[in-house]
Amino acid sequence: MVKFFHHALKFRKEICIGCSHCMNECPTQAIRIHGGKAELTDNRCIDCGKCYMVCPVGAIIVEADDLSRIFDYTHRVALIPNILLGQFPEGVSISQICSVLMEAGFTHIFEVEHGTRVLEDEMIRMMEQKELPRPLISTFCPAIVRLIQVRFPMFTDNLMLLKAPLDIAAMYYRRKLEEDGASPADTGVFYITPCAAKIAAIKSPVGEESSPITGVINMDFIYNKIYTKVKQGLSGKGSCCLPAMQPLQPEEMVWSLTEGESARMPGRTLAIDEVSNVIEFLEKMENEEISDIDFLELRACDQSCAGGILTSGNRFFTVERLRMRAEEAARGNDSMIYDTAGDSIRDHSDYLNEHLKVTQIKPRAMDKLDEDMEQAMLKMRKVQEIMKDLPYVDCGICGSPTCNSLAEDIVQGKANVNQCIYVQKRWEQEGKLQPKESMEILKEIWGEDKF
Amino acid sequence: MAERMQFEYNVDGGNFTRAGFASSEIKKILKKLNVDIGIIKRTVVATYEGEVNIVAHAYSGTIYVDIDTERIRITLKDEGPGIPDIDQAMEEGYSTASSQVREMGFGAGMGLPNMKKNADEMQISSEVDKGTEVEIVMFLHNKE
Repeated sequence: MVKFFHHALKFRKEICIGCSHCMNECPTQAIRIHGGKAELTDNRCIDCGKCYMVCPVGAIIVEADDLSRIFDYTHRVALIPNILLGQFPEGVSISQICSVLMEAGFTHIFEVEHGTRVLEDEMIRMMEQKELPRPLISTFCPAIVRLIQVRFPMFTDNLMLLKAPLDIAAMYYRRKLEEDGASPADTGVFYITPCAAKIAAIKSPVGEESSPITGVINMDFIYNKIYTKVKQGLSGKGSCCLPAMQPLQPEEMVWSLTEGESARMPGRTLAIDEVSNVIEFLEKMENEEISDIDFLELRACDQSCAGGILTSGNRFFTVERLRMRAEEAARGNDSMIYDTAGDSIRDHSDYLNEHLKVTQIKPRAMDKLDEDMEQAMLKMRKVQEIMKDLPYVDCGICGSPTCNSLAEDIVQGKANVNQCIYVQKRWEQEGKLQPKESMEILKEIWGEDKF
Repeated sequence: MAERMQFEYNVDGGNFTRAGFASSEIKKILKKLNVDIGIIKRTVVATYEGEVNIVAHAYSGTIYVDIDTERIRITLKDEGPGIPDIDQAMEEGYSTASSQVREMGFGAGMGLPNMKKNADEMQISSEVDKGTEVEIVMFLHNKE
C-alpha cells in the first residue's frame, strides 16, 4: 500500500506490553494488537497523539531531532511557540527561559506567533472572497488537516490553503538573516514543538513541497533542560535580547489557544477543540445539519496547543499564563525584552504572501471497503453476515477496537472470525473448536507471555 | 450479476433529536462503498431534507435505500397529512411548518426545492390525510 504520510509517532515493539489502551483510544481506529504488540495502520493515523497520552509504559515515542544537530549550522535559530513560555510556573521569567536556550547553543530566538500577523491578513482576505466554500476551515492544526483527509474527505475543499504561523515565521527569519549576510546553507531553523502532528507536517508537509524548518525539537526535552538549569540556579542571570522586531500583539500571543483564530475572523465563527469533539461536529456538518457558519477553527487537543502531547505544564495553567501575558501586554507591560528598533513582519508581506499558499490538499479517504464499488458491495454484504455472529460488545479481545472493525478486518483478509472470544466459546460448545486451539488463537493476538 | 443492496430506516414524527440519523447512516454506507464524494454530499443533503420533512410533518415514516453500481434510489414514505398542492410545496420559501418547528431552525420552506436541486431525479406523490412518498435517484456515472 502506498504510504501517504510520514508519522512522528513510533511504536517501540520491545517496550509495548500489548495492553490495548492505545487501540481503544485511537479516534481513527488505526491500531490493532497482534503478537502481544500494538500495530499501526499508517494511512489511518493522523498523528493526534492520543495513543501517546494513554500508553502506560512509554512504548510510543515522538521521533524528533537531536539537539546536537543545531551545531551543523553557524546560525542556529530557536523558533519558539508561545506555549513554551506558558509551561513554567510563576517565578520563571521569560528572559530566564530565553537565556537557557542561548546557553544551549542557539544564536537566535524567534517567536512563532510573529507569523500570525501576515497570516491573519491573508485569512481575512480569503474570508471576503464570496466564491470560496463555507465554512472555511483553518489548516492551523496539522492533525485536523489529516483527519479531514482520511475521515471527512468532502471538506478538503473547505480547507484554507495556507501555511501555518511557524512556516511563515521561519520563512521570514531566514530571509532576514540572509539580508544580514548569513548564507542560507549555514542557517538552521529549529522548531520547538508541543505535538507530534507538527513534526509529521514538517517532515512530510501536506500540500507543500518543502519546509523552511530545518529540524524539530520536542518541547518536553527543552522544558526539562530549562527547568533543571533554573532549579539549579545556574541560569537566569543574563537577560536575553530578542531580534529587532515589534513586540507581539496580545491577540497574537493567544493565537494557538482555543478561539485564537476564530475571535479574529469576520462573520459567524466557531472554535472546537479535542479530536472527538471535532469528529462529532464534522459528522453533523457532513449531514448538512449545520450550516451558515463562515469560519471553523478546529484543534485536535483539548485546550488546543496548551494540551499538546509534548507539553509538561498543566494545560489549564498554561492557558491562564498565556492569557495573563496577553493582558499585561495590552497594558504595555510585556516582560519579553525586545530590541525595539525593530521592523515589522508586515514590511515583508509581499515576499511572504507569495509563499503563503499551499497547493491542493487531497482527500485520502480510508473508509472505503474497496476501490471498486461492486467489490465494496460484496465486502459490505460479508461484513453484515459476519456481524450477525459478533456480540456488539466492542471488547477488543480479538485485537481490533470494535466488532465492526473486526468484521472489516476479516473481509480485508487481515483477521479471522475465530479471534472473537464469543465465537470461540460458541464453537467450543458446538465442538467445532478445541479449548487448546482457542488458547493458541488468543496467544497469537496477545502474546505467549500473557498466558 | 450486478450487486444490489437495500437498507431501511424508520423515522419518528416529531422526534427532532433523532432527525438526521438515517441520513448519517446512509452517508457511512456510501463512504464505505467508495461512492464519489460529490454524489455522497448531494445524496445526504437531499435525504436529510426529506428526513426532516417526515419528522416535522408526518406521524411516522420509512426511508428505503436501494443501491446498485449504476444508481442510488432513496424512497421516503410517510404516514401523515399529505401535501394538498405539490406545485406550491415545491416553491422556495413556501412552508406550512408551525412556529415551534421554525424556532428550532427547521421549516424555512426550502426542503422539497433543495431535495430537487440535489437529486438527479425526483418524484413526489401524495394523498391528503394519508401520506407522502418522495423518491430521489442519484446516478453514479454521468448520465447527462
